[in-house]
Amino acid sequence: MVHPIVKLVTQRLALGLLLLFAASILIFAGTTILPGDVAQQILGQSATPESLANLREELGLNDPPLTRYFNWLGGVLQGDLGTALTNGRDIADSLAARLKNTMFLAFWAAVIAVPLAILLGLLAVRFKDRWPDKLISGVTLATISIPEFMIGYVLIYWVAIRMGVFSSVAIVNDSMSLGAKLNAIAIPVMVLTLVVLAHMMRMTRAAILNVMQSAYIETAELKGLRALTVIRKHAFPNAIAPIVNVVMLNLAYLVVGVVVVEVVFAYPGMGQYLVDHVSKRDVPVVQACGLIFAAVYIGLNLVADIVSILANPRLRHPK
Amino acid sequence: MKNIPISAMIGLAFTAVYFLMAIFAPLIAPYGMAEVVGDVWEPSSSQFLLGTDSIGRDLLSRMIYGGRTTIFIATMATVLSFVTGSVLGFFAAVSGGWIDQALSRFVDLIMSIPSLIFALVVLSVMPTTVTMLILLMGLLDSTRVYRLARAVAVDITVMDYVEAARLRGEKIGWIIFRETLPNALSPLVAEMGLRFIFMVLFVSTLSFLGLGVQPPQADWGGIVKENKEGINYGIQAALYPAYAIATLCISINLVADWILNRTTSLKGGRG
Repeated sequence: MVHPIVKLVTQRLALGLLLLFAASILIFAGTTILPGDVAQQILGQSATPESLANLREELGLNDPPLTRYFNWLGGVLQGDLGTALTNGRDIADSLAARLKNTMFLAFWAAVIAVPLAILLGLLAVRFKDRWPDKLISGVTLATISIPEFMIGYVLIYWVAIRMGVFSSVAIVNDSMSLGAKLNAIAIPVMVLTLVVLAHMMRMTRAAILNVMQSAYIETAELKGLRALTVIRKHAFPNAIAPIVNVVMLNLAYLVVGVVVVEVVFAYPGMGQYLVDHVSKRDVPVVQACGLIFAAVYIGLNLVADIVSILANPRLRHPK
Repeated sequence: MKNIPISAMIGLAFTAVYFLMAIFAPLIAPYGMAEVVGDVWEPSSSQFLLGTDSIGRDLLSRMIYGGRTTIFIATMATVLSFVTGSVLGFFAAVSGGWIDQALSRFVDLIMSIPSLIFALVVLSVMPTTVTMLILLMGLLDSTRVYRLARAVAVDITVMDYVEAARLRGEKIGWIIFRETLPNALSPLVAEMGLRFIFMVLFVSTLSFLGLGVQPPQADWGGIVKENKEGINYGIQAALYPAYAIATLCISINLVADWILNRTTSLKGGRG
């Protein structure tokens, strides 16, 4: 008899893999099966028939879509993402360094945003409907209502130009020390923090409030416990699962926010690489980046699912 | 209408102003959209209220026309996403069985890829025209409307009056539009505000990345892109669209919050 948790987690993992597989089909289909000739799009309307035929040959567009898909997938599984059309370089090589940069940026944003969001969420619940709650809600409402890139420019204008601290472009390379790198990414990290903080804090607040409406919290209050003790000892342990869920969902969101923020700050990461090559219509690069972003996104959602399974005591101790 | 709270009134007023500006843009804008009228990045003066942009066009006129484009695209995409999403969602909920399963799993799949990434992948092979943008944004976003519509409709389809309609032999169209839709309308309307905001942010982001509305057509995201270099010289031109988007989105949020509160309190204040 297999433990139900093992069974559930295996099911989730299998489902995640299946989803990733389906997503790869979708990404591939999105660039090939849609109406419109890729070769024509790349070369523009003025292309000669010969150059079109050559490019189609080079891209393997003359093969049936199914064959192309499996060739592509086979390559991806072996770590071969193909070569970029625009400069003929190996995509996997170009991506490796950029992926590292993107992770570096996302990591520091997460390190700051996650504890801050949970703390603010707790504060908002503690002072529900009083001014701290209203202030936090108002500020988060404002940050939700501005696109990431605009928060970026507003911060560049006020922090980098007006106050003259931190740099407005975030160019990093391997020869820089950690301190110099952190200084360079200070404003992008602030932007990303603001972007996910709002969502994360609102969802944390909702999750804890949900718990706070249960009967055992009322009992604890009637026992005469102080509000913070009630939150710490009774509400928080029960809110961990939803909060971890919230955090994971927002980290997934962070990965997407990174795309835009990198463009704003000319940061040499994956997002900028992707956007650059979308406008150059470099399909293999777009497919590779799309797949990696989708994989990270699906992966984080999967972790969220698994954590909420593990955090459920009813599943951990079956009757 | 007497009981509208102040926040919702402010929200309604600002939203109305923005929409009126969008509709009557050619009458309000002091100069033409692509008309070069002054020097590069002139400061604001009585002649140019917000100054001029990176190639000497009047920024206020660009902002007004840009708002028109942004609001038009966002509105069309919202309508598309609502029609597609809610019809499919109701259809899935009313049909049940394998149709429901197939549609829901497909929506799960699309939602497993971030919308922005998916849009970028598609835009790498498709031409960036306004129609294309509306179709792409509307269809991608309809997945979220689908989920909400289905969730709401699943509760409704088990009601006695739907059962009665089925026993009367009504067709699926009647059950969707005459039995389910009227009862599912209020949560959908509240959601519509949020979807509209999301569309404004989405189209601005795409334009900012150079993959949305193409110049010389103005739109708020594009204005940021055109004027971003100015920031380094302390010129605010690129920040005006940020203020515009923020005020528009906050106003709509305020209105949506009010509608949501009103509709949830009808159910006895739950939620």
